[in-house]
Amino acid sequence: MILRRPFFYIILIIAALFVYFPLHGNNVSLREDLILVAVAVILASNLNLMIGYTGYVNFGHIVFYGLGGYVGIYLVSVRGWNLVLAALVAGVTVSLCALLFGLVILRLRGAYFALATIGILQAVQAFVSNFGPWERSTGMYLSFDAYQPLGGAMRALWITYYLIIAVMALSMILSLAIKNSKFGLGLFAIREDEDAALVLGVNATVYKAIIYSVSAFLPAVAGALMFYKNAMIDPSIAFEFMLSLEGIVMLMLGGQGAVMGAALGGGLYERLRSYLLTSPTLSNFHLVIAGGLLLLVVLFSPGGLIGWFYRLVPGGRKVIE
Amino acid sequence: MSGVLASMIDGLLVGAVYGLAAMGLSLIWGVMDVINLTHGSMIALGMFAMYLLFGAIATNAYLLLLPVIAVGLVLGIIVYWMSVHRVVGRPMLMSLLSTFAVNMMVIGIGTAIWSTSPYNVNFSLPGITLGAYTFTGNHIAAAIAAVVIALALQWFLYHTRTGKAIRAVADNREAAELMGISTTAVLTIAFGIGIALAMTSGALVSTLFPFTILSGAVYQLKSFVVTILAGLGKPFGALIAGVLLGLLEGVVTPFIAVSWIPLIEFGLFVVVLVAFPQGIFGKRATA
Repeated sequence: MILRRPFFYIILIIAALFVYFPLHGNNVSLREDLILVAVAVILASNLNLMIGYTGYVNFGHIVFYGLGGYVGIYLVSVRGWNLVLAALVAGVTVSLCALLFGLVILRLRGAYFALATIGILQAVQAFVSNFGPWERSTGMYLSFDAYQPLGGAMRALWITYYLIIAVMALSMILSLAIKNSKFGLGLFAIREDEDAALVLGVNATVYKAIIYSVSAFLPAVAGALMFYKNAMIDPSIAFEFMLSLEGIVMLMLGGQGAVMGAALGGGLYERLRSYLLTSPTLSNFHLVIAGGLLLLVVLFSPGGLIGWFYRLVPGGRKVIE
Repeated sequence: MSGVLASMIDGLLVGAVYGLAAMGLSLIWGVMDVINLTHGSMIALGMFAMYLLFGAIATNAYLLLLPVIAVGLVLGIIVYWMSVHRVVGRPMLMSLLSTFAVNMMVIGIGTAIWSTSPYNVNFSLPGITLGAYTFTGNHIAAAIAAVVIALALQWFLYHTRTGKAIRAVADNREAAELMGISTTAVLTIAFGIGIALAMTSGALVSTLFPFTILSGAVYQLKSFVVTILAGLGKPFGALIAGVLLGLLEGVVTPFIAVSWIPLIEFGLFVVVLVAFPQGIFGKRATA
């Protein structure tokens, strides 16, 4: 049972700290920093389900986040739905889309799949940029009234923050639960050797389609919440290829395959990026630094930070999963 | 109707350039089983190399292809030793990520230098007018250049010792090594040629359309489609498939908005991959 894993309680403590610190002293700027960290953790954790667990690189993971944002904003602004309901429906819709895409492109193995995910991103972006109900390439804006049901903009932003933290905790718990399940074992088998897994009775096609769809759900919910908070969305922001790639950098930096690795990489990279983007001399070079980091990790330390920690602390694997 | 025909001929000419770009990708993929994700950024660098060279020496832009090829070879060898050498033969995930990392660095540096605003190479050759339609000289010259370079590569691969060694390594790396071929040298050269082809095609594109540092991504997607269509390890097939893709674009552009083209190309990519799983990829199955 997942409740017996010590790491489950560590996740709860992390989430509690995320709630406690900004609330203590009503620190809005800390909250804005932490919300970005939380989104990074959500994206990296769910990407880990594909790359780390199943061994399939998804270059277009951001598509789920952006589509979730679009469905969420559409439901809230045009249909006048409640935020939580809209975010959940966004998650379900995007998961179903992912299942549909997955059944087609997951017939491709390994690298061909990775290339197809780049295509999915470009195709979805091209589609949304031409889609009338979502205002084509101009994008959609939320009016100030959209925050009224939650008691005004100020309260609404705090509520969105708590919801995002909840999604972050859920992402990590989901990763932990899958890691400790029979389903997770099947995924690991696919990662190690897909043909052997098939022979041993793992239905690889179904497993891959399910995990692809599952890895879409929480990012889509997070997208709906984040774009609600930002009050605007357009195709170039929603489907930013660079963010998709930075998700891979985060995961490799922290250590693919480990729940804490994804979270750690997401958090650290996001802080690094914020620092670089605000520094006047380095802001132009944040991609260069991200690329350099990725190259160094891939060539010299494929296990990432968490792999290095496991080598240092032999029993660490049992507690920090 | 003749408008469509003109558009098709134009597509055919541009398609030869797509084919040349895809040859670079296909060569590297076929020889070392590495999907070179620096491809797009190298195409973009080729565009800017042409821009800088033409700014420095205002001569016939197509003569400047020779220095671009030389720069491409050197750059390719550097990139090989920086990011590819350690991951050849390891799971494909690793080479995807390492070449991708280089791609991010190149795009990052390029954006810092040139920002993402559009540039163009201000050079044009006199065109040929047929009835109501004019085919610009640049399109014709670029297509001829692409075909000449493709033929030169074909000759190199089949009639020189080095070229034969490259083909041998692509067929079976261990066997080639046992026959006394230095695979490291061959892989380095093949990677250099692949990057040189990417940069050359970028230089050709820069004489046809305005470009930004991010334009490479568009041609990278086209290169993937073309490579998959042609099958791996068949560089000359890539040229023909490129011409076919250009023809297809020429047929559809008069009827639909240009922003839909990536969707169509991606659809084609998936359909070909799913409909001909592994069969058309050449001799070797996927890892």
